[in-house]
Formats: sequence, structure tokens, C-alpha cells
Amino acid sequence: MINIWDYVISFLVGGFICFLGQILVIRTKITTARILVLFLIIGMVLEVFNVYAPFKEFAKAGATVPIIGFGASLARGAIMASKEYGLIGIFTGGLTAASGGIAMAIFASFIFALIFSSKTKRGGH
Amino acid sequence: MQTIKIKNPVYLLNGFSMVGPLEGEGPLKDYFDYILKDDTLKEKTFEKSERRLLLDIINGAIEKSGLTKSDIEFFFGGDLLNQIVSSSFTARELSLPFIGMYSACATMAEALALSAIFIDNGLASNVIAGTCTHFSSAERQYRFPLELGNQRPPTAQWTITGGGASVISKLPSNVRISAVTFGKVIDYGIDDVNNMGAAMAPAASDTICTHLTNMKAKSNDYDFIATGDLGKLGSEILIDLMEQRDIILGKNYADCGCMMFNKTQRVFMGGSGAGCSASVLNSYILHKLNAGEFKRVLLVSTGALMSTTTAQQGDTIPGIAHAVELEYVGKDSKSNSNNKQRSKSNKLKENKHSKRKS
Amino acid sequence: MDENKRNTNYKLYVESKVPKTKAWPSLFKAFLLGGLICALGQGFFDLYSYFFPNLSESETSTCMLMTIIFITCFLTGVGIYDVIGAWGGAGSVIPITGFSNSISSPAIEFKKEGIIYGICVKMFTIAGPVIVCGVVGSIIAGFIGLFI
Repeated sequence: MINIWDYVISFLVGGFICFLGQILVIRTKITTARILVLFLIIGMVLEVFNVYAPFKEFAKAGATVPIIGFGASLARGAIMASKEYGLIGIFTGGLTAASGGIAMAIFASFIFALIFSSKTKRGGH
Repeated sequence: MQTIKIKNPVYLLNGFSMVGPLEGEGPLKDYFDYILKDDTLKEKTFEKSERRLLLDIINGAIEKSGLTKSDIEFFFGGDLLNQIVSSSFTARELSLPFIGMYSACATMAEALALSAIFIDNGLASNVIAGTCTHFSSAERQYRFPLELGNQRPPTAQWTITGGGASVISKLPSNVRISAVTFGKVIDYGIDDVNNMGAAMAPAASDTICTHLTNMKAKSNDYDFIATGDLGKLGSEILIDLMEQRDIILGKNYADCGCMMFNKTQRVFMGGSGAGCSASVLNSYILHKLNAGEFKRVLLVSTGALMSTTTAQQGDTIPGIAHAVELEYVGKDSKSNSNNKQRSKSNKLKENKHSKRKS
Repeated sequence: MDENKRNTNYKLYVESKVPKTKAWPSLFKAFLLGGLICALGQGFFDLYSYFFPNLSESETSTCMLMTIIFITCFLTGVGIYDVIGAWGGAGSVIPITGFSNSISSPAIEFKKEGIIYGICVKMFTIAGPVIVCGVVGSIIAGFIGLFI
């Protein structure tokens, strides 16, 4: 059931989000950590205002792969769990929803850090 | 006075420079004494590589000058790592009396200046001054992990891997240290750590001005004026700042950071680091001085005196620059008081050289 | 001369001297790289929904993200990702690959300080704020969710 349109829209939307990020990089000398946090918060805000779900329906992986999707799933997890479990859900919901990504990032980083060492750069770009 | 004239003959007996593979592809590759193929120097960490590099440089310089370690009385040095560990750990290996100093990238000029003053005042007869930097160890201390996929802004500079050491001595050689100027710390309010050239240029301009005024000299009295690591942007700013003070820096001016790399090497504004002026002085400049092609050289090493903590707390970046004046003198003329005699012997030397070349 | 005035003038002067690089090539590169990573994500998504039809859509999404994170950590380890990132700029940072790279790169870099004080402590030097803001933000979002 491969739909070529999914790929086109993922490419275009994902690319456009990165394009906006790059404008910020050029204009404001923003650092990696700040870009990540900024787009994470944008994702959360979109989710809270119920904009993210239709956006994801439209953009497919163009919405889920950028860190916006990560922020949205954190927010969505907390909102869903708060409705289901009340106050405790507020605290458990977010991380539960994002646990897969965080766990994999930590695990893979740990394993590869044991295997590989950093290498000197041969000039920038 | 800020400028100290070295009255007794103090010579730069010999120098040794060693650089990493990337620097070894640059325009000065024929002048360096040794180009590393592997910048880890087979050590486990980059910090260990850096101190190994410095140790090799110091030993190389002592050997090249025809002395032994027991002839050397003091080791003047510093580096960019926290608590100048590279120099102090190297001094441990050398077991020489160690005078550690920190002026960021201006360390080489400071070390040379203090060495010259020591010898001038009869406190020692042979000392060594040296410093070095390593790209990878500086990068992990000052910036980001090497493997982080970040983009550098166009004003960034490239910390070089490499360094140099000079043996300063009473023993005569072709190159004499004739005056030194210690710079003031100057801050024009630049807070962008990716634009060090702009932060250091005011300090460089102040030091050069002071030196020229005190020496009653003009900028074109020098065959070569070299700044340490202002980079392309920084040296353009320096030229403008000097123009405001009615001093023209023309073709005799160059920046060691710019000289280090080709335009095709992707290093943004050019090289930086304490090793930058150290390696260029002990390769290109010393070579030209020894050959008599340069008669009078002013080396102005520049340093940015911030730390990662002050930068994160939003403080501005203070700059410093120290200047060392080097003069070509014939080996035969032991007395430098007589200018006529010197110029004669210079001519003789030159003739010898030109004969050799032809 | 008034020092503040001098400094402001100097800053303005320096800004005028900073070379103006062409923005379009880097914007295009960021667009291309970011788009390609997202399209790759869509590829993994389709792959997983074909082989594991029982998974829900969000579970398939998680699997896809985990795959991309794993690949990025590997590319960081072998020293390719920093080259990609220097080329693509924000195109390598904003996709989940940027998060993954910002965890794995300090882990690899600071390995030499040991497993506990090197890898484990330094792992979050760059990505820490993402996790902190993520957790705090999700709790705030949860509170908002309680009332709507």
C-alpha cells in the first residue's frame, strides 16, 4: 500500500520545517540545544491546541520525524493519561508516550559509545 | 614603560615547529620541521596527544639548537587547556624549572618576552619557550563534541593542531630579540565566542601602537609584522583600527592564522590557538630571518581571555596582545651596538646566501 | 571617549564587516536533508505497517522513530553524522536524528573520562534541556488536559 504522495508530502513538509529552522540558524546564531527545545515546544503547543492531529494526518512522516512530533507525543501522552488516570496520569503520561524514543537514544548511544571513539575533523563545511 | 628594550644581546638560537596533518597541507608546509601523519600521536586521549606533541616539540628544539637538556635552565610555557595541564605535564617529563603562564593564544609572545628579559638580566643563559594546541582537545573543552553535527558560523576560526618552541640564549645566532611589549587587557564589548578576531583586534592595535611609539618606529620600518591568530576578519578590522591611528599596515603585515591554511581548506576565518603564532614563528618567520630576507620583524601574538563559564554567563571577551621584536644580525657580529658594522655583516651574510642559492 | 558608546560603535562596525554569506544554498541544503530524512521515516513507517499490521499507528510511528534514532547513533559513532550535519545544518538537527546525535556525540566524546563520569554524566550535556523541557512541558500540557 505504498502511496507515493505520502513520500512527497513528507519530503516537502519535513524539508520546509528544517528550512524554517535554518533561517533561524542564519539569522540568530542559535545553537543545537536551543533549536531542539524551540521546536519541541512548538510541537507541544500544536498538540495542546489540537492542531497537531490534522497536521499529522496531512503530512505523515513530515510531522512525526521532526522533533515537533516528539513534543506532540509527549504532550498528547500527558493529556490522554490525565483524562484516564487523573492527576497521576499528568506525571506518567508524557514520558510513557515518548519512552520508546528516549530509551532507544540512551541505549544506542551507550552501546556505540563503548564501541567507537571520536575522530578528528578534517576541516568544516 | 610598557616596552622593554633588551640591551644585552639575546638571541633566538633555534626553533622547532610541529603541526598536524591538516596544517601540513597548508601553504607553509615546506617550512615546518615536522608534520604529523597521525594527530593522536598514538596516545589514548587528545589531552595526552597534546602534551606528547609539546614534549616532542621541546625535545626537537633542544636537539636542533645543538644543546642538551642540561644546558637549559628554565622552561617558559603555557597552553589553552584548563590549568595549563599540557605544559605542566610536559614540564614534569622534562624535569626543568617551569614557569607556567597563560595568555590564551598570546602565550608564545609572552614566553619569548619573559625569556629574553631573564637572559638580558643575566638570570640564565639558555632557556626554552614553547607552546602548542590541539584541535580536538580545544574543541571538546571550549565548544561541542567532535561528532555533533553542528554548523559553524562563517566568523568561526579553526584551532590548529601544532606548536613551536624556541631556544633563547646568550649564544650568538642570526636572530636577536631586541625589544618586547607587554599588552594591556582590552575589551571592546564583543561577546560572540565565534568571532574572536573582532574581540582581539583592539588589543593588537593598542599593543602595536604602543610598541611603535616607544620604539620611535614606523610600521614600514619592519619587514614583517605578524599577528597571532586574528583570522581574516580580525586582521581586516586591525588594519582599519590602525588606519584610525594613522598607521598603515601594508604588504608587510600578515596574520599567522591566515597564513596557516589555503583558501580551499574549509577553516572559515583561518587558524587560531596558541600554537598558531608559535609554529609560524618557528618555521616561516625564523627561516626568513635566518636567511636575512627579513631584517626586522614584529610578532604580535593575540589572545582572547575568556573561559567557557564567563562566555555562558554573558560576559564580554577581553583581549590581550604581546609584542616581540626580532632582528636579523649576522652571526659574526657579536656586538650589536654598532649599526654600521651590523649592516655590513648583514650584507656579507646576504651575499653568502645568494651565492649559495645560485 | 565614553566607553559604552565606543563599544556600541565597534559592535556595529564589526557587524558591518562580517562577510555576508549567501543564505540560499544553506537553506536549500537544510530543506533537502530534512525532507530526505522525513521521507526515509515514511519508508520505515510503510515497511513496519506492512510487516506488522497488528501494531497501532502510533506504535508503528514509535518503531520508525526508534529505527532512525538507532541509525543516527551508529552514523555518529562511525564519524559520518558530523559531516552530514555540517552540510545540512538545521536539516540534520530538527528531525529526531538531531536529538539522537546530540545524545550520542557527547557520550562518544567523553568516553575517555570513564563510563560513569564520562558516558553517563556527559550524555545529556546537549540533549538534557530537550528532556527537561519535554517532561515539564508535558506535565503542563497534562494539567491543561484536565480542564478541557
